[in-house]
Amino acid sequence: MYDFSEQQIERYSRHILLQDVGVEGQEKILNAKVLVIGAGGLGAPVSLYLAAAGVGTIGIVDADVVDLSNLQRQVIHFTNDVGKAKVKSAKEKMLAINPDVKVNTYHTFLDSSNALDIISNYDFIIDGTDNFPVKFLINDACVMAGKPFSHGGILRFTGQTFTHLPGTACYRCMFKEPPPPGAVPTCSQAGVLGAIAGMLGTIQAAEALKYILGIGELLTNRLLTFDAKTMKFHTINTRKTDRCPICGTHPTINHLIDYEQAACELKK
Amino acid sequence: MANHTLDITNEHCPMTFVKTKIKLAQIAKGDTLEVLLKEGEPLNNVPKSTSEQGFEVLRTEQVEGTTWKVIIKK
Repeated sequence: MYDFSEQQIERYSRHILLQDVGVEGQEKILNAKVLVIGAGGLGAPVSLYLAAAGVGTIGIVDADVVDLSNLQRQVIHFTNDVGKAKVKSAKEKMLAINPDVKVNTYHTFLDSSNALDIISNYDFIIDGTDNFPVKFLINDACVMAGKPFSHGGILRFTGQTFTHLPGTACYRCMFKEPPPPGAVPTCSQAGVLGAIAGMLGTIQAAEALKYILGIGELLTNRLLTFDAKTMKFHTINTRKTDRCPICGTHPTINHLIDYEQAACELKK
Repeated sequence: MANHTLDITNEHCPMTFVKTKIKLAQIAKGDTLEVLLKEGEPLNNVPKSTSEQGFEVLRTEQVEGTTWKVIIKK
């Protein structure tokens, strides 16, 4: 059995009290490895809650530096972090919350050349990105590698999320391919209510922890959407489709694709 | 006579039950654990929570003064 220190017993006491977590569950969390892709609006709450929960190894991927316009929603970055690499800023906060965790930083864009390599080291992947090309890339890489992941997206007042396990509906079962560049605004163009990043990111963190613990029902074969203006949540049932270009019976995609980025992502 | 003992007379809620759960996780299934605790909140809550989470509370008895013991079977 894991040898909990007195401090760890106190730190994780509210988990240990839960019948579905307990000592054994907390051990699973401490041994888990989760990759968070994107240290932005979604990655911020996900990373903070996973670190607080004691997830033993957390990987964080992001090529950007902290910008003043990020701080309205990316609560892991503080005003004096502006100009600092987001992965460095995020790592500092995770370790400040919980020195038990190990944080691996990847100060790079995720693309077809590095995606499979990076995800191979983790048990569960969080998509906390803000554009379609990389969302499809994460989906394809996870399906190919047989990795579970949580999809998340936010725009204006709305959010959507689902969880993929091997054999359940993937992103391409629901959305075949990315929309053409320029057809859909990203949240940096359209605006986003900062608090909904927290609403969606904490759902993703909870899904990751449920997966690690093997408890409850994950958001598999279900797409959860919400609109914060009406504060209504909807669940749309989905299913793995035979015609899916990546996980179907006759897949047509057999390598990772770097789709063209929408114009706003090219701003430097 | 229980196989294991645990003294939580100096602990407060909810650490009383946290410590009990940790000890129960360390012992073998079928073994018994004697928990020493204070009357009041610990005595009211620990046996109740223990049985709610699937362990068997064999008996509860007064040791002396405000100190009690609860025998739990894993």
